[in-house]
Amino acid sequence: MPIEYLKETPSQTGGPYVHIGTMPAFAGLEIRQDEQQHVIPGPGERVKLVGVVWDGSGHPVRDAMLELWQADSAGRHNAPDFSGWGRAAASSETGEWEFDTIRPGTVAWRDGKPQAPHVSLLIFARGINIHLHTRLYFPEDEAALAADPVLRAVEQTGRRATLVAQRVEGGEVPTYRFDIRLQGEGETVFFDM
Amino acid sequence: MSHTTLPAGGGSNFGPGSGGDVIKRDRSLHAPAFTPGYKTSVLRSPRFALVSLEPGPGENAGPKFDAKILAPLENDLIRNYAKSGEAVGERIIVFGKVLDETGRPVRNTLIEIWQANAGGRYRHKNDAYLAALDPNFGGAGRCMSDDDGNYFFRTIRPGPYPWRNHGSDWRPAHIHFSLFGDAFAQRLVSQLYFEGDPLVPLCPILATLPDKDAQDRLVAKLDMKMSVPFDSLAYRFDIVLRGRRQTFFETKPEGH
Repeated sequence: MPIEYLKETPSQTGGPYVHIGTMPAFAGLEIRQDEQQHVIPGPGERVKLVGVVWDGSGHPVRDAMLELWQADSAGRHNAPDFSGWGRAAASSETGEWEFDTIRPGTVAWRDGKPQAPHVSLLIFARGINIHLHTRLYFPEDEAALAADPVLRAVEQTGRRATLVAQRVEGGEVPTYRFDIRLQGEGETVFFDM
Repeated sequence: MSHTTLPAGGGSNFGPGSGGDVIKRDRSLHAPAFTPGYKTSVLRSPRFALVSLEPGPGENAGPKFDAKILAPLENDLIRNYAKSGEAVGERIIVFGKVLDETGRPVRNTLIEIWQANAGGRYRHKNDAYLAALDPNFGGAGRCMSDDDGNYFFRTIRPGPYPWRNHGSDWRPAHIHFSLFGDAFAQRLVSQLYFEGDPLVPLCPILATLPDKDAQDRLVAKLDMKMSVPFDSLAYRFDIVLRGRRQTFFETKPEGH
């Protein structure tokens, strides 16, 4: 028999009312009303990330809650002046979510080689039993994208594009659109890391 | 940018508590994505396999939350939304320890909870269940685990409520919870149930889990010794997050 370890507590869906505990003002509670968890302040070039989570029938997942985790502009996690973490709720009407953050720098992979700049995203929603983990990369970084060890681990090369956001024209700051498809044509790549 | 200017690969190198890689998640302990008994999962479940990789520096690190963000009553849901008096319902303490798979306490980690009121109604703009809102109950709580991984909340036992799945299925009484650990890869959101609730074996969401053992690990146990006389019953609920592999030998990244 292998050595026994404690077993990880099983995940369950965050449910449709996930906002009560995570973004209470969005749920309608009269507490923490000044919180702007989708805005991640810090030094660096401001960028806006927008998108919709789509279900397998092409409808927006309007109860989704997303969490973002990223390095600062110098490629550091837990830098003193940048939390690197944020949360956004999909709009209850359109399903659109938005983060207002800084462009991440380059972080080394396990072998010391650079990864292309990216943010990590977790998706929580009713019907999602264990949160889904994906990454948003930036389309301008062509050479870095081609060399990125995580993208290269996606065997079906045609699926790698699901992880690259699209630059949107206009906007006060560079804006990127990242649609997440849970199922069906163009299904987004999700990771187990 | 040359490779040698980048932070080292593998484990996070920022601050105490960071060590080796987070251990691979044992997916057999969790529900699969596609669980047709829970109908909403049908269109929200990826069909392709997850892409499995060892965690990198970003996944081995994680957001840090300062206890200073917490207001004094945030772990007391009986009083943290009080307007004219205390929340209505069966008064309970929910407490336990946060450990990782290797048995190490998970210290100073943020725990968030949310729940329905005693009538089974959520204070959420989208909940239209006919049970009344309690003006003195919000249903949101937060705390940090202490230096030994211990945490506790005071709340009221949430009510069961009906939902559209197979036509008025009923959710057992449950409290949602969310933990961060100290690595992005340790993130966990789940639900806590109560020992002896006859709705537990009937719940399609609990039934998404692979076996009875996994389901039992989400059931809080009545603890009479920790119950507060003439005040509150106590339920014990320990939480286990992914662990970290010990670093036995350091493999230096290229260029170092």
